[in-house]
Amino acid sequence: MSTLDKKAKEAMDDDTAHASGGGDNGAGGFIILFFIIGFAASMVLGWVVFPKLLYSQKQQPFSFNHALHVGEVDEGCESCHFFREDGSFSGIPKLAQCTDCHEEPMGETEDEAIFVEQYVAKEREVPWFSYSRQPDCVFFSHAAHVVGAKMDCVACHGHIGESERSRPYEYNRLTGYSRDIWGKNIAGFKNNSWDRMKMDDCAQCHKEAGIIHTSSVQTQRDACFVCHK
Amino acid sequence: MKVDRRSFLSFVIGGAAGTALSPLPWKLMDDSSIWSQMWPWTPVPPDGEVVYEDSTCTLCPGGCGISVRKVDHRAVKIEGKKGHPVNDGGICILGLSGLQLLYGPTRIKSPMKRIGERGQGKWQKISWDEAMAILTEKLSDIRNKGEAHTVAAIAGTEGGTVPALLQRFMTAYGSPNFIRTPSHQDADELAVKTLFGASGRTGFDLENADYILSFGSGIVDGWGSPVRMFRASSLWKEKNVTVVQVEPRLSNSAAKATRWIPVNPGTEADLALGIAAVMIAQNMVDPGAVAGAGGWENQLLANYGTKKVSQVTGVDAGVILELAKGFAKANRPLALCGRGKGLVAESLRETAAVYALNALTGNINQEGGMWAIPEADYIRWPDVASDELASAGLAQPRLDGAGTGRYAGARHLLNRLADAVNGGGPYPLQALLVAGANPCYDLPDTRSVRMALERIPFIVSFSSFNDETAAMADLLLPDHVYLERYGDVPVGAGLAQQVIGLSKPVVSPQFNTRHLGETLIVAARTMGGATADAFPWDNYETCLEETLAEKWDALIEEGIWVEADIAPVADTVRLAVTDAPAVQAEGDVNSFPLLLIPYDSIRLSSGYIGDPPFMIKTVSGTVVKGKDGFIEINPQTASATGLSEGSVATLTTPRGEARVRVHLFEGIQPGVVAMARGLGHTAYDGYLAGKGVNVNELIGPVEDPSSGHDAAWGIRAKLAKA
Ligand code: SF4
Repeated sequence: MSTLDKKAKEAMDDDTAHASGGGDNGAGGFIILFFIIGFAASMVLGWVVFPKLLYSQKQQPFSFNHALHVGEVDEGCESCHFFREDGSFSGIPKLAQCTDCHEEPMGETEDEAIFVEQYVAKEREVPWFSYSRQPDCVFFSHAAHVVGAKMDCVACHGHIGESERSRPYEYNRLTGYSRDIWGKNIAGFKNNSWDRMKMDDCAQCHKEAGIIHTSSVQTQRDACFVCHK
Repeated sequence: MKVDRRSFLSFVIGGAAGTALSPLPWKLMDDSSIWSQMWPWTPVPPDGEVVYEDSTCTLCPGGCGISVRKVDHRAVKIEGKKGHPVNDGGICILGLSGLQLLYGPTRIKSPMKRIGERGQGKWQKISWDEAMAILTEKLSDIRNKGEAHTVAAIAGTEGGTVPALLQRFMTAYGSPNFIRTPSHQDADELAVKTLFGASGRTGFDLENADYILSFGSGIVDGWGSPVRMFRASSLWKEKNVTVVQVEPRLSNSAAKATRWIPVNPGTEADLALGIAAVMIAQNMVDPGAVAGAGGWENQLLANYGTKKVSQVTGVDAGVILELAKGFAKANRPLALCGRGKGLVAESLRETAAVYALNALTGNINQEGGMWAIPEADYIRWPDVASDELASAGLAQPRLDGAGTGRYAGARHLLNRLADAVNGGGPYPLQALLVAGANPCYDLPDTRSVRMALERIPFIVSFSSFNDETAAMADLLLPDHVYLERYGDVPVGAGLAQQVIGLSKPVVSPQFNTRHLGETLIVAARTMGGATADAFPWDNYETCLEETLAEKWDALIEEGIWVEADIAPVADTVRLAVTDAPAVQAEGDVNSFPLLLIPYDSIRLSSGYIGDPPFMIKTVSGTVVKGKDGFIEINPQTASATGLSEGSVATLTTPRGEARVRVHLFEGIQPGVVAMARGLGHTAYDGYLAGKGVNVNELIGPVEDPSSGHDAAWGIRAKLAKA
């Protein structure tokens, strides 16, 4: 054995002694502490910081009072969000529908003033942000759900009809889609049917109403093309 | 506290565990898949209310009814209108691509005046007021000097109120020079006048005919009203109607016909007369509809013996006999003429020969036959009260010579304009107005046309598009495109009825353009005096509504007015002896051993409308590839010149020279070179400009000795390896 080899062996023995002896409890504690720090930091990052970074907010052009309008009309939601003659759904009303009543300001709120001055007077459509627009790869027919399956608007849209102000529109910076699709809860948990509107949510309901949703022979469930044309 | 390697690793592991238990990786994974499935830069058409608006297509003379699908205010698709008497739901590729003309990059977006050199493309946007001031000041100046006749107007068509307003403007202003773009309509009108002794046009009851003899008419290549022709062609297939296509080249129409008769280029008239001679000789003629034919018949029998005709046309004598028998024995035979789409006038000799064939079978004004009917006559404005300046101007001869002397039979001779302006005319031209026409591209011998335009000090283009003629203009006063405006569309195009379609604005004007009718009314009013008096309407819409009178409501409601019960202009055809020689191709056989013939294709728009991007994409790689345009030649011609498929060659004619590539084609005679019309644009957009060769640069007009119309069917040429 050369001198060098001997030194190396000693060093090895030293290490083995440390490891097998296990007498240094302070070092082990540190390790756990660091584990916990790392764990906690990433949890904070993932649960708190990340959602803030991922989503951005925009304000609607002005605030809309659904509750007030529902009180004024006869046919509930369908008074303004109606089906056209060809069965397609009108979605967010166009300016022309509003101007039937709002040619002149109705009431004295600031929002009403913005609406009449900026949009009605200038004949510009209001650039509303739609909370529940599905991604472009999704084909969704309101008629099939509301007229065909007799579903209630609330099942997907929640109690928006009772809102008195428009909440800020949150959208995903990466995909550009509304936060309502993934849901408010960043983990994707939901309590109500309207909390989230991802593919799984559609699938869940389609599965429950199983008998008619069997367009795929293989799976006896709805095939992809039902929603992805 | 010492942060050693193990603590660090522990931190990282803790971080990884925490991250895995947080939504971050899962959510990011989901989002990135959504992101990559729907790239945010991929355009997504906005959703909205779907409506259909009906109108009439004016992109060709066909007059099809269209239904435009709109989502909110955007037009997204053009479809054929179901139940329409012309096209019943069908549409052609050009009509289908019309939205690219509306929204595409070729539009002229506002009035402009030239600030650079002519043709340099330097323009300045100006207001309509300024533009109208430039126009009316210039025109008033010329008129006040007593030179109103030195202003000319070129229009794409003559039918409808807008061209009529332009014509009226010229008359009130004092110029005889309103000139229509040439087409087979010229020859047709003249033939009707000559044979029936009255003004009118022909119409063909194609759907009820049971034997079609077409002398080069592009039945499925855009002749007549193209969509109607497609339908007729399918109907003939279903009913087993014999369709004989006489044409030097195996066109799509020839390929679809029951029988293709390859004929020497330019000898179609000889074949028609040869067939007529056989019919007379063999007593297969219905004497009813023909008057005074004795002399004509004798002349025919003397000059068009089957053997001789066979030599001239290259068609076997036996085949000529067969054709004559087949045609004469059919119950409802019908002969057609007008080469390709009918873009060239063609000689009176040829047109009259084919119409005479129809007369000999007794199909005139009969079911399944050829009709001679008057043009729809609903524009009944009071005559223009000319002032002194106008009368003086109108007393001057027309610059193109039409209507007088040896050109007495012709009404418009745009093919003679270039010569007249380049020194051969009675007076120089001081201003030119161009509407719905593109003479710098569309007329034969475009080089001399351009030279002529360079000599005209003031050119105004009303074009909606950046076309070759607009590029030569000094002032651009862009018209709306057809989807943005009102307009009446009287449809000729071989229909046996009188049909008037209505074009309606389907979308609001996209740019700062103005209806040509409106521009003319405003101009006349600004010029004052007798010119203004001739235009009493407040605006174009009032003019249109008053003009259409009782038809207006029906047109607004139905989009179309059909007059089915029309009295023919006459029932008998007078056949007189003529000595008009056959129209020869320009050029000397020794220096130019080949013959160049242009051909038409439904995929290549011709005339004032350039191919939209969708359409140019459908043109085969053997017609245009990249920037290169192709010619078709027979493999025999190719081997004689040492050329093979795809070789680059120089094609020379007495009028010009072009670099082309070669496509070998058995469907064309040896010694003949074919080139597609509709390519070689220098203007419009990047999708069209610079692709292929404009055949009009290689070909020149050849005057029909009986009328002065351009009757060129080809030109002599030579080909050399480049
Ligand atoms: S045939 Fe002519 S009129 Fe008919 S759709 Fe085509 S371009 Fe328009």
